[in-house]
Amino acid sequence: MVMPQTERAFTPDTVDDAVTVKRITKSYGAVEALKNMTLSFPRGELTSLLGPSGCGKTTLLKIIAGLLEPTSGEVLVNGRAVTGPGPDRAFVFQDFALLPWASVMRNVAFGLELRGVAQSEREAIAEKYIAHVGLKGFERAYPHELSGGMRQRVGLARALSVDADVLLMDEPFSAVDEQTRRKFQEDLLNLVKTENKTFIFVTHSIEEAVYVSDQIAILLPRPSRVSQIIRPQGFRDKDVDNIRRDPEYLDIVDDIWSSLRSYVE
Amino acid sequence: MLVLGKYRLPGMSSLLLWALLWEIVGRSGLTFFVPPFSEVCVTLFNVIGTPAFVKALQETAVAFFAGVFFAIVIGIPVGILMGKSRLLDELLLPWVNMFLSAPLTALVPVLMVLFGFGMQAIIITTTLFAIWIIILNARAGVMQINRSLVEMARSFGATPMDAFVKIYFWAALPEILGGVRIGVIRAVKGVIIGQLLISIVGFGALFELYSANFLMAHFWAVLLVLFAMAFAVSELLAALERRVAYYAASR
Ligand SMILES: Nc1ncnc2c1ncn2[C@@H]1O[C@H](COP(=O)(O)OP(=O)(O)O)[C@@H](O)[C@H]1O
Ligand SMILES: [Mg+2]
Repeated sequence: MVMPQTERAFTPDTVDDAVTVKRITKSYGAVEALKNMTLSFPRGELTSLLGPSGCGKTTLLKIIAGLLEPTSGEVLVNGRAVTGPGPDRAFVFQDFALLPWASVMRNVAFGLELRGVAQSEREAIAEKYIAHVGLKGFERAYPHELSGGMRQRVGLARALSVDADVLLMDEPFSAVDEQTRRKFQEDLLNLVKTENKTFIFVTHSIEEAVYVSDQIAILLPRPSRVSQIIRPQGFRDKDVDNIRRDPEYLDIVDDIWSSLRSYVE
Repeated sequence: MLVLGKYRLPGMSSLLLWALLWEIVGRSGLTFFVPPFSEVCVTLFNVIGTPAFVKALQETAVAFFAGVFFAIVIGIPVGILMGKSRLLDELLLPWVNMFLSAPLTALVPVLMVLFGFGMQAIIITTTLFAIWIIILNARAGVMQINRSLVEMARSFGATPMDAFVKIYFWAALPEILGGVRIGVIRAVKGVIIGQLLISIVGFGALFELYSANFLMAHFWAVLLVLFAMAFAVSELLAALERRVAYYAASR
């Protein structure tokens, strides 16, 4: 049987990595969340971290973001070692993390506000991204007036408006309903195409990972490790409507499920 | 309140009933200590313009606002810092809890010895009455903060000062305002108790004067004014609290 995907090891060395994780170990007291993990994230692509809950996906993402310190090992972003949060990375949170006392406009501009961008300038940028994520007309609304899906669009616009090279997304669509989620996934594919950014995308949904990713890193717990790296090849350039019918898509989904099923109680 | 099913009475109409009862007790001549309500009202209007009253009001206002100012300006940051730092919390919490429930009135004589029989002692008394609940509420507000808001701010490059001003303060604001409202009510107590014990400034002096001369209508008139002022301040803060209620429930 011909494997429909190639392992990362066989791709040429010329691939330029925006983010490299080298031998990262992270312990919370006695709990070893990550052990000696090494992983590369090619520039301009979307890499998914896929695995059952508790296998250290959030931990890895926060270490890359500079929000958590690894116990050992290092993270390189554009060749430089990460020592803390930086303007080259932006985070999209699972629970949106919006300021409930601030309007959509201020929330979207908040990253720029913290970076000291003048009000008129940052609001002009925010306005552009608010329209870009489809929230035009909601600039003056407050988070509690929006649906879950709209709130995450605000979170996304905030991350886009600081124009970071790397977008870190921690299960960004897990708190929104199924229809909204599908729309998000299509929009995400367009973003990867149009925004020249590197996306690191955490999910626990196999279908979602296969649908949106250029590269999927499958993480397994106890001990936490990268068990497999899959690069879907054939359907990436197809129309968004046809991906879910593509034989390669279906094969990869099946493949991943068979390697993960033993970890599901 | 509805009367006969259709007439809506304005809030606190029941006070009219109590005023009527007061009038009856006053007119019955049961005790000289309670003059009729109408007499108190008339006295109230006569007293309000007098230099003695204006002076007392001024002194009380200065002591009250200065005391509340210090309680807020010191209390809120201390409470926020306690909520953020485990170490500071362990150090200060026992003291805050102790002072919150301590009979502070007993401390006033000590304060008089330390700071003299004047404004300074009264301001400090007022602050001591108000500050503990403000600290505790600010602390509670910070402790319930959504961790991912803090991480969000950090991930976008917030300095600790940014986080303090733009996240912690606002996230804790509903609790902070609740604490300030209770603190202000306690401050009213503090400023009056301070003045009564020291009794040569503000309403303390006035009360001394009236009660020494058995001017009961005057005494009650001044008391009414004080109650009304405390009530107004508390209502004002409650209105402020309602303005942040929209996000208090959805943090
Ligand atoms: N702050 C923490 N303290 C202790 N253990 C933690 C902490 N955060 C995560 N863990 C543990 O580390 C492991 C990985 O967690 P996490 O990175 O959140 O996994 P995932 O995002 O894949 O569900 C889990 O076993 C979790 O219980
Ligand atoms: Mg997680």
